[in-house]
Amino acid sequence: MAVEALGSAPRVKVAPWNDPVIRGWVFQIVVVGLVAALAWYLIGNTLDNLNRQKIASGFDYLGREAGFEIGDTMISYSPASTYARAIWVGILNTLRVAVLGIILSTILGTLVGVGRLSPNWLLSKICEWYVEAFRNVPLLLWLFLFYKLISEAFPGPRQAISAFWNSVFLSNRGLYFPVPVTDPIHKWMAVGLLAGIAGAIALHRWAKKRQDATGQPFPSISAGIAVVLGLPALVWLAGGAPTAMSWPALKGFNFEGGAVIQPEFTALLVGLVLYTSAFVAEIVRSGILALHKGQSEAAAALGLSRGLAMRLVLLPQALRVIVPPMTSQYLNITKNSSLAIAIGYPDLVASINVTINQTGQAIENILLIMAAYLSVSLSISAFMNWYNRRIALTER
Amino acid sequence: MTDSLPTGERRQLAPPLVERGALGWMRRNLFSSWVNGIITVVLVVFVGSILSSFLEWAVFTANITAETGSECHGQGACWALIIEKYRLIFFGTFPYEQQWRPLVASITLLAMLVLTSDRRMWNWRLLVIWTVGSFITFLMMFGQIHLPISLFLAIALLVGGIGMSLRKAIADTGEMNAYRFLAAIGLIGLALRIAGVLPAWSLDIEPLSYVETGLWGGIPVTLILASYGLVFAFPYGILLALGRRSDLPLIRALCVGFIELIRGVPLISLLIMASVMLPLFLPSGVTFDKFLRAQVAIILFAGAYIAEVIRGGLQSLPKGQYEAAEALGFNYVQKTALIILPQALRVVIPPLINTFLGFFKDTSLVLIIGIFDFLNTANQALVDPNWAGFPAEIYMFAALIYFIFCYSVSRYSKHLEVELNRGTRR
Repeated sequence: MAVEALGSAPRVKVAPWNDPVIRGWVFQIVVVGLVAALAWYLIGNTLDNLNRQKIASGFDYLGREAGFEIGDTMISYSPASTYARAIWVGILNTLRVAVLGIILSTILGTLVGVGRLSPNWLLSKICEWYVEAFRNVPLLLWLFLFYKLISEAFPGPRQAISAFWNSVFLSNRGLYFPVPVTDPIHKWMAVGLLAGIAGAIALHRWAKKRQDATGQPFPSISAGIAVVLGLPALVWLAGGAPTAMSWPALKGFNFEGGAVIQPEFTALLVGLVLYTSAFVAEIVRSGILALHKGQSEAAAALGLSRGLAMRLVLLPQALRVIVPPMTSQYLNITKNSSLAIAIGYPDLVASINVTINQTGQAIENILLIMAAYLSVSLSISAFMNWYNRRIALTER
Repeated sequence: MTDSLPTGERRQLAPPLVERGALGWMRRNLFSSWVNGIITVVLVVFVGSILSSFLEWAVFTANITAETGSECHGQGACWALIIEKYRLIFFGTFPYEQQWRPLVASITLLAMLVLTSDRRMWNWRLLVIWTVGSFITFLMMFGQIHLPISLFLAIALLVGGIGMSLRKAIADTGEMNAYRFLAAIGLIGLALRIAGVLPAWSLDIEPLSYVETGLWGGIPVTLILASYGLVFAFPYGILLALGRRSDLPLIRALCVGFIELIRGVPLISLLIMASVMLPLFLPSGVTFDKFLRAQVAIILFAGAYIAEVIRGGLQSLPKGQYEAAEALGFNYVQKTALIILPQALRVVIPPLINTFLGFFKDTSLVLIIGIFDFLNTANQALVDPNWAGFPAEIYMFAALIYFIFCYSVSRYSKHLEVELNRGTRR
């Protein structure tokens, strides 16, 4: 009763300078005012400096001709294209290396993390030293090392290492390999692939529902892979099975034809994947170690094989521990891909850096970088948070 | 075999040969099953071949006596390059005959870090260590130090202000008056200095020749950027974390916005921003040293990450700690500094050290804006046309130095984690 009386008691009158609410607001207004004053001062200085140095402001420059070459582009680009196009090329290059890096470092990191827990002493020691070696040296150093090794240790195009009956060439200009000549059927094969993925997901859902209802398992993984790969193959056959290939061949000082993986891209991807997988391995290991020993023993007692126990019992629980720190590793890969600028891979930061040097419009460009990275980071966090909620423990 | 022992007693037999000693260990750890046996054999062959060709290159055919790079070609590792260039790699373009100074500075910095890692020093001694150490380091690096009177006044104001709020209602009247006196001197002095009444006195210490930051390079640069990045980012990260946990909506919004903005963008973009945008922010004529700009960018960056680590510690405290502090009549500063932070920080010391390790590695990014940190001076050693074509040697040497430092720090962090949990572990 006393507590209730206390709770409903009228507020004690205090002097305004002792009232916590008023104090709080005064403090906030002072701080925000100071921040605003600082911002005002800096913006004023900046405008002065821009006027004096006769630097234009605004985003008009995006429509102007960029005039610089980009070595590695996923979409058509020439020096006559606009700055906006150049920056878009950079964004696509960043996304390409980030997405591939995320996928590959997850796979490699999981293998190494599981390897560290292997009963085989040699395997677990090797995995341990792999982790220690890669995470205790700056990423930038790895990038330099791999880049210099590729560009200096590999032979020139004329002495290129060839493999698979002269169809694949490895030289300091990159890895050249044959690709199918563009054919209208490729577009439909992509549609088939998407339909296959959708079909596999539907199949998996149906199999899970049937197993829940009847207890009958269905090999939904192998069937799913068959659907995903089978549909594009059927489309290809239906389209007359075009087999024309573009083969790389030495012409003059470099190769022509085929497709190429540039050494800059390779060095960046290899460096990012090896470096990040060391961190991923630690996360996976601690996720598995966080599980109680009883879980694997109970799974074994139920007669599940080690693979099934891993897939059905251990992994789903370990994922709850693994996913949050993994999210920050994925964000790290995306941000670390900006180190590309140091070895000359034309990512977003590299494109913007050239743009800053040519136009002098630092502020707009820095804003663009921040906006681009923030939107990528926020999308990755949103996706991972959604995934985290999905796998989270559902309690009553 | 006849058993001659009386009934009821058992002979203690040694385990079979294959179960004990090296053989038993191999059986348990390398060949416990068929699959394991195959893995072991494959790994031994694989690692053996890599290791033997690496040793062949790095040790047996290595050249450590060559005078120029051309003598090294066609052989194994050219360690002669490292012997030729180690001064450049370690100390960059610091004037050659003066390079004992960065050496002393590096040793001082390392000694500071080692002393800081000792838990017995985690009190007022830390302040002494860092003040004396910083003084020696920068005296060695710059050669001359000018301590302006406003610095002393600011310190007086800071000490007085902190003492006044922290020791309120705890200290006796004499102590409080001392704080009031200090704060008053600092405040009045600074006001007079800004108004121009007080002249720009400064304490000049000039035993050595002046070396500007543009000539600094190598190990001391990396150590300074990482250590002072953390030292300055630490209090500011604490403020950000407290702001993020604050009840005041505007403060919280400011802190959340700042932290998420910094954490969402790569360090490189902040460094580029510091190198091209900071000059635009300042009034014309005011220039800002490039080294200092990079240091500011690193501090801004580190603060946001440290804030998140500290927030983890703050969140781990039960609410009762806050309520108990309030029940004792503590004000906000006392509650935070005397009750909350000591407990929250203890929890986050190991992750903080890992964060420091991250910054130590990330300082290598400053080479993008043209500062000669350790990795960049290693790069410079590759530029010499007489010694072209040995990147692997240089980078492996640099990687080894980084590895030794980072590996010891991460071992220390693991050790500390066990130490600090000793009280709470069952």
